[in-house]
Amino acid sequence: MCLAIPSKIVAIKDDVATIDVDGVRRECSLLLVADAEVDDYVIVHAGFAIQKIDEAAALDTIQLLRDTADFVEGKSKVHPLDK
Amino acid sequence: MIERNFEAFRDPDLAKGLITQIRSRSRRPIRLMEVCGTHTVALFRSGVRSLLPDTIGLLSGPGCPVCVTAQGEIDAFVALAQRPDTIVATFGDLLRVPGSGTTLQAAKGEGADVRIVYSAVDALAFARDNPEKEVVFLGVGFETTAPTIAAAIFSARQSGCMNFSIAAAHKTVPAALGALLGRSDLKVDGLLLPGHVSVMIGVAGYRPFFNASQMPSAITGFEPTDLLMGIAELVTQIETGRPRLYNAYPRAVTEGGNPKAMALLEQVFAPADVPWRGLGRIPASGLVLRPEFERFDAFRRFDIQIVDAPEPKGCACGQILTGTRIPPECPLYKTTCSPIHPVGPCMVSSEGTCAAYYRYHQASS
Ligand code: SF4
Repeated sequence: MCLAIPSKIVAIKDDVATIDVDGVRRECSLLLVADAEVDDYVIVHAGFAIQKIDEAAALDTIQLLRDTADFVEGKSKVHPLDK
Repeated sequence: MIERNFEAFRDPDLAKGLITQIRSRSRRPIRLMEVCGTHTVALFRSGVRSLLPDTIGLLSGPGCPVCVTAQGEIDAFVALAQRPDTIVATFGDLLRVPGSGTTLQAAKGEGADVRIVYSAVDALAFARDNPEKEVVFLGVGFETTAPTIAAAIFSARQSGCMNFSIAAAHKTVPAALGALLGRSDLKVDGLLLPGHVSVMIGVAGYRPFFNASQMPSAITGFEPTDLLMGIAELVTQIETGRPRLYNAYPRAVTEGGNPKAMALLEQVFAPADVPWRGLGRIPASGLVLRPEFERFDAFRRFDIQIVDAPEPKGCACGQILTGTRIPPECPLYKTTCSPIHPVGPCMVSSEGTCAAYYRYHQASS
């Protein structure tokens, strides 16, 4: 029931968004999220957008992953999770 | 730009960093429970399971909504489907779950009008299109799904839709975790907490449970690096003896969760003591319609009782959902029980542990 892949909002009409999931267009309700806009990425569950993806947080996590990879390759001394 | 960023969560090089870290840090044998059924499947499908060192055992928990639905609830669903002039709508997974007598699918074969929907809103559309019928949505699921049902009920009330109701068997995750950790037969060292329940209830939703149990916990997403990050975090917590409630999925999960969805849920539903498969009756672990939404309560409207019923004979689903057994330890697994002829819900649901083992276990071991 959970769609792990975030969907991109391509259009909004009233409380319904048209979303693009890996090239497939679908509709979902926006009744459960505040301030969703076109071009936002949302997590969709059972026909409803349930959260906007926080892009800054996504980038932070990716940085953490890169730092971890650098640490295990010996490129950095301090483990990112221990910082 | 952001599309490229999301792909980073599947980047094999970044995953490799985490795997190396897990391998170097994991010393003593531990057992981690993936509470969510979607995690169970993702751990197999992504190959993450096969990349972990032998020190890490993974167990499923009570996080497959169809699987934890009690036998008596399934029977009540079937009874609703067998009513005349009724359309029941539900997510596909419920159809083949064996009730005490029959399944929804078999009832459909005998003439019941059972329809699969993607969303509760689709069921509401059936109600509008079929004013001469009663349309009942069979609602299973956790805090992720319950707000979507609440939204559908609000829409029904707003549009004055009189022939729409909900058979609500929704359940809440932290209550079940509390009950689970109270069991003496549970041997679990850490929890991968479900990503999308957490989207709704937020990190804060687990705090009372975590403070009481001090069980190492990581809220985890569904991409390969998300899964590995959750596991790496738990290994570190366990090895250092410093449990914490960690959010490894911050792009989707915030401290407070989704207040709009939770407010809607709380307006429509009230907590109730409900039965879980494998866990029995847990105080305040279910969601029933509040008195002001009583007319949308299908059980009340059609006077259908949920009666405790024994689980299928020989089926170990209950033990699998509580992490005390794995599917190959069930004598019926792959003998009398298979996805074609499922004995219990854990073999039916796409999120069920037995179904996931059946599909992926050979390949990965
Ligand atoms: S293999 Fe079948 S009978 Fe055994 S626990 Fe799983 S669903 Fe139940």
